[in-house]
Amino acid sequence: MFLCLRILAKEYPYKPRSVPTENELKFHYMVHTSLDVVDEKISAMGKALVDQRELYLGLLYPTEDYKVYGYVTNSKVKFVMVVDSSNIALFDNEIHSMFQKL
Amino acid sequence: TPLTPPLPSVERAPVVGAGDQNLFTSIYPTLSQQLPREPMEWRRSYGRAPKMIHLESNFVQFKEELLPKEGNKALLTFPFLHIYWTECCDTEVYKATVKDDLTKWQNVLKAHSSVDWLIVVVENDAKKKNKTNILPRTSIVDKIRNDFCNKQSDRCVVLNDPLKDSSRTQESWNAFLTKLRTLLLMSFTKNLGKFEDDMRTLREKRTEPGWSFCEYFMVQEELAFVFEMLQQFEDALVQYDELDALFSQYVVNFGAGDGANWLTFFCQPVKSWNGLTLRKPIDMEKRELIQRQEATLLDLRSYLFARQCTLLLFLQRPWEVAQRALELLHSCVQELKLLEVSVPPGALDCWVFLSCLEVLQRIEGCCDRAQIDSNIAHTVGLWSYATEKLKSLGYLCGLVSEKGPNSEDLNRTVDLLAGLGAERPETANTAQSPYKKLKEALSSVEAFEKHYLDLSHATIEMYTSIGRIRSAKFVGKDLAEFYMKKKSPQKAETYLQGALKNYLAEGWALPITHTRKQLAECQKHLGQIENYLQTSSLLASDHHLTEEERKYFCQEILNFASEQTDSPGHKVVLPMHSFAHLRDLRFTPSNAVVHVGGVLSVEITVCSQMPVPVHMDQIAISVHFSIEKNSYRKTAEWLTKHKTSNGIINFPMETSPFPASQNSLPALELYEMFERSPSDNSLNTTGIICKNVHMLLRRQESSTALDTPSGVALDDGAPVLKCCGVTLEPGANTITFRTQAKEPGTYTLRQLCASAGPVCFVLPHLYPLAQYDVYSQEPQLHVEPLADSLLAGIPQKVKFTVTTGHYTVKNGDSLQLSNVEAMLILCHAENKAVIYSNTREKASDASLRVQSSDKVTSISLPAAPAYHMIEFELEVLSLPSAPAAGGEGESTMLGMTEAQRKPKDTQKADHCMATTDHKVSIECPWSIYSTVIALTFSVPFRTTHAVLSAGTRKYIQVCVQNLSELDFRLSDSDLVDTGDSTDLQLLPLNTKSQQHICSRQSVFFVWELTWTREPPPSLRGRFSMEFRPASEERLSISLKPYTYEFQVENFFTLYTVKAEILPPAGTELCRTGSLCALEVSITRLSDLLEVDRDEALTESDEYFSTKLMYEVVDNSSNWAVCGKSSGVISMPVVAQATHRVHMEVMPLFAGYLPLPDVRLFKYLPHHSAHSSQLDADSWIENDSLSVDKHVDDQLDSSSIKSRGSVHSAASSEHKGLPMPRLQALPPGQVFNSSTGMQILVIPSKDDHVLEVSVT
Repeated sequence: MFLCLRILAKEYPYKPRSVPTENELKFHYMVHTSLDVVDEKISAMGKALVDQRELYLGLLYPTEDYKVYGYVTNSKVKFVMVVDSSNIALFDNEIHSMFQKL
Repeated sequence: TPLTPPLPSVERAPVVGAGDQNLFTSIYPTLSQQLPREPMEWRRSYGRAPKMIHLESNFVQFKEELLPKEGNKALLTFPFLHIYWTECCDTEVYKATVKDDLTKWQNVLKAHSSVDWLIVVVENDAKKKNKTNILPRTSIVDKIRNDFCNKQSDRCVVLNDPLKDSSRTQESWNAFLTKLRTLLLMSFTKNLGKFEDDMRTLREKRTEPGWSFCEYFMVQEELAFVFEMLQQFEDALVQYDELDALFSQYVVNFGAGDGANWLTFFCQPVKSWNGLTLRKPIDMEKRELIQRQEATLLDLRSYLFARQCTLLLFLQRPWEVAQRALELLHSCVQELKLLEVSVPPGALDCWVFLSCLEVLQRIEGCCDRAQIDSNIAHTVGLWSYATEKLKSLGYLCGLVSEKGPNSEDLNRTVDLLAGLGAERPETANTAQSPYKKLKEALSSVEAFEKHYLDLSHATIEMYTSIGRIRSAKFVGKDLAEFYMKKKSPQKAETYLQGALKNYLAEGWALPITHTRKQLAECQKHLGQIENYLQTSSLLASDHHLTEEERKYFCQEILNFASEQTDSPGHKVVLPMHSFAHLRDLRFTPSNAVVHVGGVLSVEITVCSQMPVPVHMDQIAISVHFSIEKNSYRKTAEWLTKHKTSNGIINFPMETSPFPASQNSLPALELYEMFERSPSDNSLNTTGIICKNVHMLLRRQESSTALDTPSGVALDDGAPVLKCCGVTLEPGANTITFRTQAKEPGTYTLRQLCASAGPVCFVLPHLYPLAQYDVYSQEPQLHVEPLADSLLAGIPQKVKFTVTTGHYTVKNGDSLQLSNVEAMLILCHAENKAVIYSNTREKASDASLRVQSSDKVTSISLPAAPAYHMIEFELEVLSLPSAPAAGGEGESTMLGMTEAQRKPKDTQKADHCMATTDHKVSIECPWSIYSTVIALTFSVPFRTTHAVLSAGTRKYIQVCVQNLSELDFRLSDSDLVDTGDSTDLQLLPLNTKSQQHICSRQSVFFVWELTWTREPPPSLRGRFSMEFRPASEERLSISLKPYTYEFQVENFFTLYTVKAEILPPAGTELCRTGSLCALEVSITRLSDLLEVDRDEALTESDEYFSTKLMYEVVDNSSNWAVCGKSSGVISMPVVAQATHRVHMEVMPLFAGYLPLPDVRLFKYLPHHSAHSSQLDADSWIENDSLSVDKHVDDQLDSSSIKSRGSVHSAASSEHKGLPMPRLQALPPGQVFNSSTGMQILVIPSKDDHVLEVSVT
């Protein structure tokens, strides 16, 4: 379903798991860059974050070929998912439920 | 600032006027002005929320052609309301013309089933006045209503004097306008509802063949236009969004194989890519293409977005435009891919680039600078996208390559420019139009560079300003790539370093590797040899690279190392961590302590991270030497005691490749520190040491500056441990360094440096600290007892330890002990010595020869090398010297209890053994000075003696207490009189056999003392006994007996005192509370003796008498003495002279009560002053206050008062005055025969009236 998923906890930057390995580097760059938006969104939410159990950050970073979605748990573990843009049919709620399944 | 007011992009809804055209013309200005002034509530179908809207209309003249024909879908031109205007007030005129006209109008309307109409009758007072045949005003209106509005009388309204400025006019206008608005709205609602229904029906048919999206598009857009006309931009936008979604869905379905045939039309090859046009409200050109069903996908998308953009700008949502634009551009690219539309290379890049700039310029056009600056987050994506696209165009058209575009590139450029077409007229005059920019950028290498750099810098700046550092770095990396292509590595380096720093800080392995690779290339071009080699070493150890790549970078280093050998002196210093990892370090000996001249080896394990074996010229550890100030700390003793490590130091894996985050500083490593004094082991210093201060307190920046080799300082000139010609295999390698210790001190291993040619890999600090100590030690002799303490009198073992230190003990070296009289060194036939090495390992056994002469005992030492220890034991015997004889030995009357002794003395001596010190002076071969050793021996026994009496018979008791931990066997106890009194005899009452005395126990010995003539005044006794430790059956030598000397005096009994208590007359037993008689009889046992000759003795007629004072004391308060309790008696000094005293006592308690004490004193007359033997202490102790009182009673008051003042120190005036004194009789001279007697007292019958009177 997704091309790349990266789980980022403060202490343990997990190795991203991605499906097509030849693009791994690209995904790394993409996920890394998307963290800008994650940080922005988290800081924009500010204190509201504390009250919520979990946080779907939505689309972080659309590119021509991929869409990057973010999710943050209340323990500040960040999930970043890269999805092929051609999956136009993927709606936000589907992404959300994918994150929740994780 | 508000957006520019909505431009009337759409014509207003038409209201068609008929009738008197001139009249309408005169009214129109007011009408068109007044109509939109008041809002109307618009209630809508399908549960949509009602809205307040302002109605505006376009008034047009009635023509029959205007009326919509059946099936007409146009809504925009739909005549929503027909108004017939008339000013007619003349019935005749009405009948003649107006009525016909109205009828004709009505018929036409009916024919087109148009039901929204209104007849307005304008009344004009001025006009009326001119007419003579005036009918009442209402009649015309009534007629019209009658004729035309058969049930809808409200379809005809009157407007009074519309051009006048009167309240009536105003009222009339208001009523008219309200009506007009209501009707207009009704018509809107009705017609819109119908239109929407039709539209939905049409949409439902979309699955039918022949359905055309473009047709439907036009219909729904009509609705959007109407909403826009009504200024319901939100609703208008919804229409476009629905169209957008519908189209997107079709594309997705097409991708899924469910194609609609109309869609194939959109799949025609892209021939034009001139970008979005957002400057016109409606791009009629494109609209017509859609209408004609000739639009391409990009045309449709462009038109749709342009409309959405217009509406969003009306809604003052420019940032949504930016966001939607980005989505649109992305999805267009995707859709073209999905539909497999053929697109010339670069065409889309052009389209996207132009579109991005167009959107940005459009937004900039309607916002001020401050707004734009505060919304960079929304627009920066477009900037970045445009930059990206320009970059790829540059690469595509050969504008980035070093040589410039080739012909193929140029052809491509021409094709691309052709697809742009001519510039649109609306931007033709704009200098910075996207079109012009693109055209210019593609025109030459220089122009491209300028535009690309401008865009990149702008984007980076924007990202940086909103804190999206990562994104900025990413764009920077693209820029670096560009610079690399342009052969300007120095410009590229900054960006690469910046990005790398960011990735390093956050620990992104793959980007780090990739960026490093780029950086390596850059540094190579720049000729930054050290940096390049360092990056190469990092890359060579990077597991994210392929084996080949790693080998390549490793080879780069090796090549450099081998090439540069001809230029000595210059060194390239690189940090070690990327090259190899120092895993552990092992000292041999394991405590890392070695004496001067000893050999120390250091074994290190280095894990090479290189992919191939690397030959190193030399591996060296530089050593820092320091002389310990505290010389004690350098002794073998201290070092062996305190350095308990196993000699292995493990080095933690350096976190160099991923310093996970700045704030993950190492934890504090705190250790307790105690420093003790060498002499008595007392605590000198204590504290806490933080062992990793250098890790914690270093500056933040320096920890991240991992890639700057300048941070590594080489320890030049420091002593080093070396190992030459080592080949480091990939993985763990073991390298051993050996060194011979020279100067004493502490050696700290500082740096590890592996060098190959001019390349040095340096580990600047070894942490945890690795140290070894070299010491030099003076030879020493220690003598200490084997047991806790030495006991006198029995052989004891003493351990001699010779620490040779730097001295080598040769054959013939000996220790010369000067003999001490009272201490013997017991020589055995065989003495063994053990030689230990420095690490307490047994080296060898050796025999020891001990020779004693009169003065000196000589111990010949076995030969032993330096830094060894010789240990042996010798037996010594301290002769038991007789302790000072107890002249003050206590004589105790038989039966006297222990508690009555002075408690202080007994306690004091209870636990401590008496000690004797012997100092032995020893001459050692290594020193001209002799060593003096003090040995302390404890006497295991404590002895006391006592005189016991039974009437006149006397006994001597000797108590021997064993204070030591050992058990002893005692034998041959003996007591002899050392005085000259020959007639004294001591009869032992003891067993002859051996006696066992356990630790902490006592043995008593008793002798009866007999004499034949007059007993002597004193006895000097010497007690002696043999003893030996119970554990040893046989001793090689005979031990000296233990002796104890003492003296007793005045032990002969002169008086016996007998007390008796008799129950009251007539009763058998004493009762509490009733008076009893106390009979005391004092009997003299001997005639005049030498001891009686003192001041108390009076002589008259050969008759001697002495004065005694008696005293009855009951310390236990069992008895109340009634009447006098003491008195002075004159005692004849004749044997069997008896004095009886009668007293009354009252028992206070029931039970067996001991009798009260009767004490006897010598009463010395007052003339014999100043020679008192009665010291104040004993006086106070013996005398109680109650005695004082009784004495007072009996004696003459003045004398007793003055006596009392002696101890009370009340006044000094009595001093020197004659006064009687009391002197205690020595305990041996008085025998109290009633001591220990008890008498039964029974309780009184009526206790409750017990009355005690004490006088």
